[in-house]
Amino acid sequence: MYNLIRFLQKHHFILLFVLLEVIAISLLSRSHTYHSATISHNTNKVAARLYEINASVTEYFSLRQANKLLRQQNAELQKRLAWHETHQTAPDSLLRDTVFDFLPARAISFTSHLRNNYIIINKGRRDGVQKDMGLVAPEGVVGIIIGVSDRYATAMSLLHKYATLSIRFKNNDQVANLHWKGGDYRFGEVVDIPTHVELQQGDTILSSGHSLVFPEGLMIGTVDDFVPSERGSLNTARIKYAVDFNSLRNVYVVKNYDRKELDLLIKSRPNE
Amino acid sequence: MNKLLLQILRFAGLLLLQVWVLNNVRLGGYINPFVYVMFVMMLPFSMPGWILLIVGFATGFIVDIFMSTPGLHAGATVFMAFMRPQVIRLATGSTEPETINNPNLSDMGMRWWFSYSFTLVLLHHLALFVLESFSFQQFGGLLMRIILSALFTQFIIVLLSLFFEQRKKR
Repeated sequence: MYNLIRFLQKHHFILLFVLLEVIAISLLSRSHTYHSATISHNTNKVAARLYEINASVTEYFSLRQANKLLRQQNAELQKRLAWHETHQTAPDSLLRDTVFDFLPARAISFTSHLRNNYIIINKGRRDGVQKDMGLVAPEGVVGIIIGVSDRYATAMSLLHKYATLSIRFKNNDQVANLHWKGGDYRFGEVVDIPTHVELQQGDTILSSGHSLVFPEGLMIGTVDDFVPSERGSLNTARIKYAVDFNSLRNVYVVKNYDRKELDLLIKSRPNE
Repeated sequence: MNKLLLQILRFAGLLLLQVWVLNNVRLGGYINPFVYVMFVMMLPFSMPGWILLIVGFATGFIVDIFMSTPGLHAGATVFMAFMRPQVIRLATGSTEPETINNPNLSDMGMRWWFSYSFTLVLLHHLALFVLESFSFQQFGGLLMRIILSALFTQFIIVLLSLFFEQRKKR
């Protein structure tokens, strides 16, 4: 016993270092699985408040740009609205599609240069934001909400190791999955394209609607490079994101009103 | 008491600089400066080793809270704190300088300060980026990030040292 105490005292510096380092690494490794990444991102009130102050100051420097984007989006939406109103084919109550709502918010803090990037927005539980709701910007899909506090929420950006998005190619309606392999924040990858599907640079990628988080047809990006595979395995493509993840500001939280019902339906599917 | 207040001010100043300014400066995907390490570098020579480790861990942990990366900066900063006594010994040739209390530019001279701080910055950034990617894959890109970020951090640290220390000399 005495020898043990002497040993601890003699090497206390190294032992303390090892202890602290192990604590740090275990904290870090716990956040390296999908579930832990979502849990450990408590939206810290103090940090979030600081980011909000920062964002309110810097916001003024780019109002013109933000307004321009919003005007464009408004115009686009007005067009679509007008089209729908003149082309109603059946009474609403019979042919209701899943209803999506868009809650405007601001991204008050985000990163784009780490391996796993997160976004903090200034809407929270009080505004009706819940976990697993989607997050989009005027240009396209941005991410998914993973943590909520009273007035703020954290979202996992598409620029994340565990972010996969179900997409559909506009040209041929084929469905595939979009990932991000790290590095350049402007490009993602689709690696499970069926062999018979050929794409060209500039082809549009949209959300498929399969995830229940996003409505179908939301802009995601365009094909930047298409790599047909040898030996008849799957083709891959590099996708240029429509959203500039380096300059997020105005975003919308996507709420699917039918989500609960659809989730229950999926759960009640008989196991094969 | 005056010294403690100074330390606290330095800590708060560096932390806010890091969180409000540097984290928002995008210099390409490879350059990520982390100047909060300057705080750990400037802790007194006489601070006992175990307190140094705990302060290093706490500093990194607080930065982690702001960056939503539990354990990442804590791990890298405690590693740097662990290596600090060795680096001091290498830089000065003895474990504790006789009369001087704090490592800083005006007391130790530019040559000592530069090699001391740059070594610690490199060690910290090495640990940080390796822990962040949790692997040694893409080693080329990793090395680029370490070196470029370390250079930039060092640049800012030297600037800050010159800015704040010259006054003391007079």
